[in-house]
Amino acid sequence: MSIALFVPCYVDQLKPRVGLAALDLLRAAGFDVEVLDGLPCCGQPLLTAGEERLARDVATRFVEGTRAFESVVTPSGSCASTLEIHGRRLVPDPPGGRARVVELTRFLSDNGALPSPPTEFPRRVGLHASCHALRELRQGTPSETREQARTDPAAALLREIPGLELVDLTRRDECCGFGGVFAVEEEAVSTRMGLDRLSDHRRGRAEVLTSTDVSCLLHLEGLARREGPPLEVLHVAEILAETHLGAGWLETNAIRGADGSR
Amino acid sequence: MGHVDRARDFVANTERTTWHDEVLWFVRAKRDAAADTLPEWEALRDEAAGIKRDVLGRLPELWRRFEQEATAAGATVHWARDAAEHNRIVHELLRTHDVKRVVKSKSMLTEECGLNPHLEAQGIEVVDTDLGERIVQLREEAPSHIIMPAIHLKRGEIGDLFHQEMGTPAGLDDPDELTAVARRDLRARFLAAEAGITGVNFAVAETGSFVVVTNEGNADLGTALPRLHIACVGLEKIVPTANDLAPFLRLLARSATGQPISTYTSHFRAPRADDGNGGPPPELHVVIVDNGRSRLLAEPAFREALACIRCGACLNTCPVYRRSGGHSYGSTVPGPIGSVLAPSQDPARHAELPHACSLCGSCSDVCPVRVPLHHQLLTWRSHLAESGHHPRRRRLAFRIAARVLSNAGLYDRATRAGRWIARRLPSRWLDRLGGPWTRSRALPSIPAESFHQALAAREEERP
Ligand code: SF4
Repeated sequence: MSIALFVPCYVDQLKPRVGLAALDLLRAAGFDVEVLDGLPCCGQPLLTAGEERLARDVATRFVEGTRAFESVVTPSGSCASTLEIHGRRLVPDPPGGRARVVELTRFLSDNGALPSPPTEFPRRVGLHASCHALRELRQGTPSETREQARTDPAAALLREIPGLELVDLTRRDECCGFGGVFAVEEEAVSTRMGLDRLSDHRRGRAEVLTSTDVSCLLHLEGLARREGPPLEVLHVAEILAETHLGAGWLETNAIRGADGSR
Repeated sequence: MGHVDRARDFVANTERTTWHDEVLWFVRAKRDAAADTLPEWEALRDEAAGIKRDVLGRLPELWRRFEQEATAAGATVHWARDAAEHNRIVHELLRTHDVKRVVKSKSMLTEECGLNPHLEAQGIEVVDTDLGERIVQLREEAPSHIIMPAIHLKRGEIGDLFHQEMGTPAGLDDPDELTAVARRDLRARFLAAEAGITGVNFAVAETGSFVVVTNEGNADLGTALPRLHIACVGLEKIVPTANDLAPFLRLLARSATGQPISTYTSHFRAPRADDGNGGPPPELHVVIVDNGRSRLLAEPAFREALACIRCGACLNTCPVYRRSGGHSYGSTVPGPIGSVLAPSQDPARHAELPHACSLCGSCSDVCPVRVPLHHQLLTWRSHLAESGHHPRRRRLAFRIAARVLSNAGLYDRATRAGRWIARRLPSRWLDRLGGPWTRSRALPSIPAESFHQALAAREEERP
């Protein structure tokens, strides 16, 4: 199986360690992964802004550039949903077909033989359900529907980790209010939505906040750092790397500046 | 002032926002519990969506049948192209019957057409008889929700209103007592009314009949006493057969309030029987209204929005609606479905609404007839951009962004430079440059290396 790793622009720039975690996990699971270079974007920011034609151009570049692969794996439910749900409408299949774009935890649970068993992670973890992983990619069962239950691969992988306790939430899948350009244009409502999510996690005494999506996390982390007790924010891939690739992975792969150091 | 500003004002009152959010979430939770009682919930949604899809493909045929049957049963059918024609028809009927006082049960269609102000300007008194509608009517404001028009008001505010308008003791805010007062007041108006106006939830082609659903029985009382009943119905509200009503009635009450069935589900067909007290024979008129619906029908991207049965579930579940209130939308119908419908009525005025949405998709999953609301909102964004309703500077900014994102070299240089600068600027400055993002959020600390740089460095170290 030919696999590529897609690290979207905002992960590349702001949370580089998440990309490293995804790569190391895939390699450890035995996949020969090629890292996509020069294709930083799926087109989502343009699409949600209403610039469908620009989004189509960017998505077309992506689809063309990845068609040699069977699967493109990405640590982002949101980008995967853009390419799988909207990309298929915007960009027709190139001759010879296109790569399937798969969110990382989905890929790992469907194909993965992660070096197991995971080591301890004795923390209370709040898992924020990314709307695009949940309601677009149907990774899990949205609370609105009465469809047959589907397991959320992120939650399933986290549950295997000894010592890790997932906190119970009052509203298990309410949106955090990021929403791309919404976070800026509707800043007041977006902020309020995020604060409400945070208090739900804090009520559950979460010590670590995690998600399949860096975009939700950047928004929630930004809010959390302005007020309230400290909350460590890690992408699911980072927790999996720490517990499956040897304790200390997070520290070894810390990136200068990313923790506030210069 | 648009949604953004009105929403900011709403959110500024933290405590009230919490209250509003929780009240509506409570309704959503009741809906969830009601859905739990039906193992066939998803199949029911499929069935209802399927019927609506079929209906939208043959509206002319169904309405012709309806007209035939209704006329044969003794009703009179009218056709209105738009709001103005609808208002004219209703007024003309009232005028020829010499009506000065009308009672009206809840109807979002007459709200959309601005019927009340139109009739009042002609010297006709219109009393809304749904309790919530009556409250907002007395406050001279628009409903903030399509099922619970006064949901934005706390009971103390309703107590104050009743104190002013109906002379209840100051400070009385017991819901039961206030309701009793409102009922007494309304009773007199029901008795004095010379005509009753109702909306229509479902018209049935096969029988020429229609269904009106209420929890207060106000549509029944309002049409049982006067000799003239005018029912106003939107072009989309028809089903082929009486049997087809079942899935909709089961879904509607559960989705709207979590009730297994609405308190009153009333079927109307012919004018009511003459009570033999003299006077002209009772009449039933049905006004079928287009007002932009056929335009929506012709738009494949949006036509499914006409399947909406106005249950309000998408409002209750919407995290934005719950935190910005119905009035923030500035449209007759607020919330996700309102933001889909309003731009087709007046794109310039409502161009902002499809952006009052984080695209979480909760609305589409809650909708009993599977309107793909959040995808339609996304589609509206590009339609409105293409038709010139987005600011030019905004569009230019995205064109530049697209250039950077589709050119590997440019992306690399721009991001390196960006991070180099960001890492050297005092955080105070950065916060100012961050614009609305940093108003409430700290910027993430900027890493010295991107993922690609970190990977390259790592591979050099340990090849
Ligand atoms: S769009 Fe769907 S959920 Fe919203 S009011 Fe209409 S029927 Fe109800």
